[in-house]
Amino acid sequence: MVAVDPVANLPTARPTLGARLVGGKTVPILTVVVALVALWYAFAVYLNAPWQLDRYAKSEREWTAAELVRDTLNQERPVLPSPHQVMAEIWKTTVDVRPTSKRSLVYHGWVTLSSTLLGFAIGTALGILLAVGIVHNRAMDKSVMPWVIASQTIPILAIAPMIIVVLNAIGLSGILPKALISTYLSFFPVVVGMVKGLRSPEAIQLDLMRTYSAGAGQVFWKLRWPSALPYLFTSMQVAVAISLVGAIVGEMPTGAVAGLGARLLAGSYYGQTVQIWAALFAAAAIAAVLVMAVGFAHGLVLKRMGMAR
Amino acid sequence: MRNSSAAIRGQATAGDGAGLPADAGAGARSVVEAKGLGLTFQTGDGPVRALADVDLSIGRGEFVSFIGPSGCGKTTFLRVIADLEQPTAGSITVNGMTPQEARRRRAYGYVFQAPALYPWRTIEKNIALPLEIMGIGRAEQQERIDRVLDLVDLKGFGKKFPWQLSGGMQQRASIARALAFDADLLLMDEPFGALDEIVRDHLNEQLLKLWERTTKTICFVTHSIPEAVYLSTKIVVMSPRPGRVTDIIDSTLPKERPLDIRESPEFLKIAHRVREGLRAGHSYE
Repeated sequence: MVAVDPVANLPTARPTLGARLVGGKTVPILTVVVALVALWYAFAVYLNAPWQLDRYAKSEREWTAAELVRDTLNQERPVLPSPHQVMAEIWKTTVDVRPTSKRSLVYHGWVTLSSTLLGFAIGTALGILLAVGIVHNRAMDKSVMPWVIASQTIPILAIAPMIIVVLNAIGLSGILPKALISTYLSFFPVVVGMVKGLRSPEAIQLDLMRTYSAGAGQVFWKLRWPSALPYLFTSMQVAVAISLVGAIVGEMPTGAVAGLGARLLAGSYYGQTVQIWAALFAAAAIAAVLVMAVGFAHGLVLKRMGMAR
Repeated sequence: MRNSSAAIRGQATAGDGAGLPADAGAGARSVVEAKGLGLTFQTGDGPVRALADVDLSIGRGEFVSFIGPSGCGKTTFLRVIADLEQPTAGSITVNGMTPQEARRRRAYGYVFQAPALYPWRTIEKNIALPLEIMGIGRAEQQERIDRVLDLVDLKGFGKKFPWQLSGGMQQRASIARALAFDADLLLMDEPFGALDEIVRDHLNEQLLKLWERTTKTICFVTHSIPEAVYLSTKIVVMSPRPGRVTDIIDSTLPKERPLDIRESPEFLKIAHRVREGLRAGHSYE
């Protein structure tokens, strides 16, 4: 038993730092990170070497293996930037530059994040509303669900410029068109998850409500809604991540003004691979924080409902 | 016994704001009255006759057990009383009205095979569920919760969540929930079927005491012969395909029943008759 849950069984004797590192998740995670970084460096050398060798040949320079490795990892426009170059770029564009500057990754990150959150909020609300309709109305069940699924078969890259153009034509511009692309992606997992969640009460739990002659509203709020909450949060975790994807995709056809998407596009126009990778990492970091935030909210709600054991 | 039964009964009638079915009407004496009752399910493989020609009258204050092999329609009959299934033939009244009306007036409490507690509610909140739905005030809710928790010996467990309780305790909580709104009729569908023998004995004993104290009418589905004989004032033996009543036995056992009554000749005689009835109705074709 002690091996299973040492903290619960030995509340007074705290394990040493070393023991906690070995016993916990830290060591395995760090091992994987170190392995990935090493692999990345290896690939950076391998992919950047041809250009570097070309340079050496042109300048008729003698070179050693150590020089080659050093130079391939510090090119200005590498095929694959090395991790420390990307980190340096991130540092430069987040810490050294004012957050309001157009060259700041914080600025661009905020632009993307704000439309992600707006789109996610609208998408979640829309998804819940559709699911409630689908579960309670036979006609909606038959008619809406196929369209919901069909909507996701259209590649977002194809439809995003159309949405932006059409919305601009009717006078909508700014954050909303981009947010709507996030909505377009994020409502889907919420609909699917919530339909399943709202239908998750067992027959016996529904029969119980019937024996009390409970109204449809009471059945919804006292049974279907609480049953669906775990499903809602799980689908919201998916939804928030693809909201971010939607926001980035939505930034690409807007003329590359601002946002991580614009940053990616500008980077690829000018061959700034380091800038692209820095933006990618910023996007990944934002996605991780968003997914963790939803996961944290999930944990809190489950705990309040007494379902976290 | 901590509470006198008179006090319980006094509370039961005085504390009822939701409007219990009145004793008015023709069927004032009998709680359930079925005549020629039949139910045929339409399934993909054709019609299935779950109940056929059931005639039965259940009087106020009786403890009636329905016993028979699986598929004999005993659960279906209980569900018809509860208006969870609609009969396709014959007639049935509950408290002198249609099952639907009776359900609307919250005439019965139903205990399912599984506890069916809502996992996100504490035991207290689970018991409060019917009270919330029936619009009973906070203060009275708490009063009733305390009373029924005491009745099923779960005092002090109100703040626990269902998963923190054993299976037997969960089932007792579900009985408390059915008792909370003071319906005169308690419908119990194999409530102890999933529990082990020892817990079952204990709960049977408690259930009898509870029935004595509250003077409710109880319809109890089981497929255990000792359970049926031990608990009941009337045993309805049923047989499958189609579900019909093969024997109705009025128990001659006294009201006071210690557990060891199950070894008395009287008990064994009734059990024997139940077994005969089951055998007669059961064909192995």
